Amino acid sequence: MSEERGIDVQGLVREFKGGVRAVDGIDLHVDAGEIYGFLGPNGAGKSTTVKVLTTLLPPSAGQATVAGHDVAREGAKVRAAIGVALQDVALDPMLTGREHMRLQGGLQGIPRAERGKRGDELLERVGLTDAADRKSKTYSGGMKRRLDLALALLHNPRILFLDEPTTGLDVQSRTALWEEVERLARQEGTTVFLTTQYLEEADVLADRVGIIDRGTIVAEGTPAQLKAQVAKPTVELVPRDSGQCAAAGAALEPFGELISARQAGSIAVRLDSGADQLAAIVRALDQADIAFANLALHEPTLDDVFLAKTGRSLEGAADGPGDGEVPPAPGRSRGEPAVTTS
Amino acid sequence: MSALARTRSVALAVAWRSIHNAFSNKAILLPSLLFPLFFFIAFAGGLSGIRNAPDFDYRSGYTTFQFAFICIQASAFGGVFTGFAIAADFEFGFARRLLLAAPNRAGIVIGYMLSAMVRAVFVLTVVFCAGLVSGMRVDGSLGHLLGLLALALAVSATATLWAAGIAMRLRTMQAGPVMQMPVFIALFLAPVFVPLHLVAGWVHDVARYNPFTALLEAARGFMAGEPTKIGLSAACLAALFALTVLWARGGLRSAERAG
Amino acid sequence: MTALVHSAWPAQVGLLSGRAIKRILRNPAQMIFPIAFPLVLLAVNAAGLDAATRLPGFPTASYLDFALAVPFMQGALFAALNGGQDLARDIEGGFLDRLAMTPIGGAALLAGQLGGALFMGLVSAILYLVVGIAFGAGIASGAGGALVLVLLALAISFAFACFGTFVALRAGTGEAVQGFFPLFFVLLFLSSAFFPRDLIEQEWFRIIATYNPVSYMVEGIRSLVISGWDGQALAQAFAIAAIATVGFLALSARALRTRLVRT
Repeated sequence: MSEERGIDVQGLVREFKGGVRAVDGIDLHVDAGEIYGFLGPNGAGKSTTVKVLTTLLPPSAGQATVAGHDVAREGAKVRAAIGVALQDVALDPMLTGREHMRLQGGLQGIPRAERGKRGDELLERVGLTDAADRKSKTYSGGMKRRLDLALALLHNPRILFLDEPTTGLDVQSRTALWEEVERLARQEGTTVFLTTQYLEEADVLADRVGIIDRGTIVAEGTPAQLKAQVAKPTVELVPRDSGQCAAAGAALEPFGELISARQAGSIAVRLDSGADQLAAIVRALDQADIAFANLALHEPTLDDVFLAKTGRSLEGAADGPGDGEVPPAPGRSRGEPAVTTS
Repeated sequence: MSALARTRSVALAVAWRSIHNAFSNKAILLPSLLFPLFFFIAFAGGLSGIRNAPDFDYRSGYTTFQFAFICIQASAFGGVFTGFAIAADFEFGFARRLLLAAPNRAGIVIGYMLSAMVRAVFVLTVVFCAGLVSGMRVDGSLGHLLGLLALALAVSATATLWAAGIAMRLRTMQAGPVMQMPVFIALFLAPVFVPLHLVAGWVHDVARYNPFTALLEAARGFMAGEPTKIGLSAACLAALFALTVLWARGGLRSAERAG
Repeated sequence: MTALVHSAWPAQVGLLSGRAIKRILRNPAQMIFPIAFPLVLLAVNAAGLDAATRLPGFPTASYLDFALAVPFMQGALFAALNGGQDLARDIEGGFLDRLAMTPIGGAALLAGQLGGALFMGLVSAILYLVVGIAFGAGIASGAGGALVLVLLALAISFAFACFGTFVALRAGTGEAVQGFFPLFFVLLFLSSAFFPRDLIEQEWFRIIATYNPVSYMVEGIRSLVISGWDGQALAQAFAIAAIATVGFLALSARALRTRLVRT
């Protein structure tokens, strides 16, 4: 069962003319029903990996099985099991949404009687019922993506590939797409392989994240694991009485290493262990009788992970949340609550 | 600087850029060169047998007969191609820079016009040489040839103003066919392949009143050394030029209103 | 590919052709100019070159009859250009990748694509025939000849469309397809399309026109209009169309395999 829905990649290489290795020996494994986030900057090899896994490009070396079928030898079986929404929305501007669904249904060999019903259901689910009879060229960017997603889902794929599904979308469209992806994975057990250059997207949506840079995977794990590997949370404290800075420093020292604070009149400490020390910190401050105006926990971000692994900051990182102050993320939030007490 | 001097400096600057672009970019230069050359080869080469038709009375040879047409056609199309460049400048925003920088905006249009004329001289020289190589007869004197050149340059300027008027109104490269089609149709509703009296049917009726007919006949007269229809051609050109000046000025106003 | 795919072949071709035709019909403005332009040219040339019919040895008394073959060639050319550009757009926009993800065969993909061009060719051929007859052209080979004429025009459209498909698959951009269009225009003008081959005076031009396969396509169509049933002219025209079709189809199939190296 798990093999039927999983992805397994070993030593995958894809070399282009001129010896450019867009994918340079990656290993990865995606479990059934998992949302796997493939994070990396532009040109890192994300799309090439997706093209190989979706049988659009043969691998130069290595092994990859998708839904239990070898991508190099059993292309047709792989294609039957997967749905794909590629980076450029592949729509015919002159066809309506409903006609797209009918065409795709026909090509997928869905019986004529079911085609219309299934298409309408999916259009409804992605919120395009009202626009179903308009030509796709009149759609907004978000609507095009949603139609693209609906087309990818038409034949009930067990595994869904989404290549940068939210690039260029406004916040609302992005949120709606995240919700649908989340629903597919949680309720229908669809395995989702998603590439993104947005930290926030990987952080919020993915169960596990693989970070790819220059064709190789530099880190893999759950977002929390990854962040824990490279950086620890910091706590920043603003005493109500700025004269108490020294005392506050002494009270916090047992929890970790004191580091320079971002603003004058505050104290920062990098915690030795995780954010679960927060309660102890508050108790220690209480015991030392230090009143504070603000206490904030800063979680490390995936950008810190990327920085630590590659020495560079991830392009487009500006879109992600700056610190632990995660805005209420749609779907669910993985960041620890940004405690602010007074 | 006087107003005139300012206009001149704007015109020269725009002309320099436009000529520079045209000659450094194959994609701009080649079509305006290959079009006339190709028509010259296809018409003079493929259709020359028609000169044996009864009453075909042009005596300097069919290549010469077609060369005169190509002169007018190349000059007119060169102006239209310049209109394409103006439309592109608007589409890509460069024209706004010109509008902002130029104190006298008429100078911009004059500059484009000058560049079209320079390009026309270049294209006509190449086509003329191609004609000579293929054995074209030139019965006109140097003075006649200069007359032909003046005619061609006036056509080029007029066509540029026509195309500029559209380019500045529509400000998109999609306006290309709107500039080209009327010129194309007007040209081919003139006696292109045979003298006017051999043109048949409704085209003959149209061609009789088509100003391009007079221009073609004048051009063929210069090449044959037997100038004809010069007064009529000059009058037609003067009228067309005056109309297209007004047309282009309206276009410029429209572009200025649009910012 | 699986057996299931083969059984669905006609349905897939139908779906893809239907889409290609729909795409053409939904953008009528784009069709008006390319379909009307050959008629304008025909009208102008019929008057401008009418004097040619007075030449000794000219095969017909009406230049309209003589030149009626030209719009059919231009219509075929436009159908091919349009089809090629549509395919190039599919490639550029990723729609071809989407099709490649469905269980569809390469042959069905090509056939569906060419179906659109064939439709365009049919529409323009019928239109030119009707307009030609309305303006006084006579079809010397009669009603049966008119039918063969449309068939020949379709065969030529198909041959050109195979070329357009090949260029689109090979280059993958609409610009490249557009860039090849003038080449055909040149071939048409350097053929016997506007003047009978034996009356062309310039020897070099006559040689080019004689070796130019487009001449024989034009002459095949023309024979039906001006001289009735001319077995040789028809055989040559159909043969050239067939050879071009086979050649470009083979090249297209290879280009498709390269473009869709799906496993």
